[in-house]
Amino acid sequence: MNSTDVRIGIIRIEGTNCEQEIFDTFRALDTNPEMVHLKQLIGNCSPSMGRDLDDYHMIVFPGGSSAGDYVRAGAIFAARIRNKLGPEIQNFIASGKPVLGIGNGFQVLLELGVLPSPDDAMIDKPQAALHTNESARFECRPTYLKHENHGKCLFTSQLPRGEMVLFPCAHAEGNLKFHIEEEEEMLRLLEENDQIVFRYVDPDGNYAGYPWNPNGSIDNIAGICNSEGNVLGLMPHPERVIFRYQHPDWTRDQDFNAPGDGRVIFTSALEHIVKHY
Amino acid sequence: MVKVDIRIKLKHGVADPEGENTHKTLDLLGFEGIKSVKTVKLFEIEIDAEPEQAKEAAEEMCRRLLANPVIQTFRIDLK
Repeated sequence: MNSTDVRIGIIRIEGTNCEQEIFDTFRALDTNPEMVHLKQLIGNCSPSMGRDLDDYHMIVFPGGSSAGDYVRAGAIFAARIRNKLGPEIQNFIASGKPVLGIGNGFQVLLELGVLPSPDDAMIDKPQAALHTNESARFECRPTYLKHENHGKCLFTSQLPRGEMVLFPCAHAEGNLKFHIEEEEEMLRLLEENDQIVFRYVDPDGNYAGYPWNPNGSIDNIAGICNSEGNVLGLMPHPERVIFRYQHPDWTRDQDFNAPGDGRVIFTSALEHIVKHY
Repeated sequence: MVKVDIRIKLKHGVADPEGENTHKTLDLLGFEGIKSVKTVKLFEIEIDAEPEQAKEAAEEMCRRLLANPVIQTFRIDLK
């Protein structure tokens, strides 16, 4: 398949943001992205606006504060999806197509029970939570991430293991938590299944806690994938660093139009789609 | 008509940064002797149903939307 035939669905409801950055990224990669409202997928629209998940090779849940972050971040978006689109999402994931959740999108995937899902089944209740940041503040700044995946996650296939990247974070609820009594077992399962994708580190690549870990997330985890590697959720925003000029130190670069650190997430997914569909 | 109060609390052992920050601020404002501050979210819901059905519905609401069982517990009171 050519990249121009690749269709990407960026799913939005009220309060989502960064859809435009994701859209522009996929446009820059010569694919065919579309922003689609949840109502278009559940038939709550005029027939010509209706869309089907199967229309897309990949779907993205963007960042933001969907439904005002009321109840809990991502909870309302997830409940609406589960209620009207549960089996379709489940089939989409089971087919192996890529699903990406960034920031609030990660919160949606956790609330849906799609992540971390070490036994690979979408269940009807969350197995993890993204709790209020330990600092009790909205943390908005660049964060260093270390790529920890051994090859399971299709979104980082082009990024060598151990490499550091700089993605901006912008969230108030990014503190990954498991059931207290299951914490160690869950971490062991995630390691064993190669589901940990990114951890927060300091500029030297060490696990260093706050402020390098902006939210107090368990084991410094910033992003995880499902056990099949086709669903990735992460709190920091790769779509905000697609060009070098979007990095804070961009003036020190020779070529500020060169790719930014975040682009590799999207090119890795695209490579997977072009190869498999 | 039944009035239902649903309280969503953090589970024992889960840190409550909002409560801790509020505690710190109350200390700064000069309030003395505060032992702890915990945040609780309260939903007041009116349901046109028998009390038993209303309670069942409220439990279902907690499971499907209002509480994340990983970090939260809920309490339902019928009025």
